[in-house]
Amino acid sequence: MILVQTQDFDIAEQYRSLREEAANAGAIATFTGLVREFYEHNSGSEPRVEALFLEHYPGMTEKALADIEAQARARWDVQACRVIHRVGELRGGDQIVYVGVASTHRGDAFAAAEFIMDYLKSRAPFWKRQSTTVGAQWIESRAADEAALERWATKESDKISKSEPDVPH
Amino acid sequence: MTTLTINFFASLREELGASGETLPLPEQVTNVAQLVDYLVSLRGERWAALQDNSRVLVAVDHTIVPRSHALRGDEEVAFFPPMTGG
Repeated sequence: MILVQTQDFDIAEQYRSLREEAANAGAIATFTGLVREFYEHNSGSEPRVEALFLEHYPGMTEKALADIEAQARARWDVQACRVIHRVGELRGGDQIVYVGVASTHRGDAFAAAEFIMDYLKSRAPFWKRQSTTVGAQWIESRAADEAALERWATKESDKISKSEPDVPH
Repeated sequence: MTTLTINFFASLREELGASGETLPLPEQVTNVAQLVDYLVSLRGERWAALQDNSRVLVAVDHTIVPRSHALRGDEEVAFFPPMTGG
C-alpha cells in the first residue's frame, strides 16, 4: 500500500496492518525517516532548520512509488509492503517517510525495505525546500544518493532483461 | 487540435517563473529535445536552462524519458530538477 499524505502516521498502526496482511510472515523490517533539526549547508555552517517543505508531482508520485514497490516484489519475497511519504510543510523532528516490509525471512525484509528507500530518494518526484535561520533554499540532490543505487545495479539489469517480454510496448 | 500539457516543478518552476501551460505541438516538433528548443525560441534565453540534461529531468505521462523520446502532441510533459525525497 502506498500513501502520499500531509498528515502524520502512527508506526504502531502500520506494524499492526503489516502483521494482519502477512499472516505467515517471519520477519517485518520497518524504516522511519525524520526531518533533521540541522541540515548540511553549502557554507559548512549548520543553521537550524525552521521548516521543510515537500513538493511532489501528484499522479507521477504514486506511479513511481508503485513501480519501485513492484521492482522490490519481483526481486524478494515480499508478503506485505507499506510506503508512506508525507508532503507539504514539516518541522524538524517530524516523521517524513515510512517503509515497512513483511517477508518470510529477515534477509528479504531488510533488503526490500532498503531497496525501496534507496530508490524512493532519487526516483520518486519529491523535492525538499528548507527554511533556515539564514534563508530558504531547495535542497540539491546528493551524489551519495545516486551511488546508493549502484549496488543494486547488477541484479537490477538481470531483472529488467527478464521482465522485458512482459512490457506491452 | 491536440495539445500538450507542460508542467514545471520545484526550483525550475521558480527559475522560469512558470508552473505550466498547454501548447499545441507545431508540426516540426517530434521529440522532447525539439520541444525544449521550441520553448526556448518562444520564451527567450532564460528558458535555455531546460536544455541542461544534467540539471533538468523530463517525464512524459508520468514516466522519466530521454530527450530523444517521441511526442504525439497530446501528452503531459513535466520538467524538474533531480529528485530529493526520503
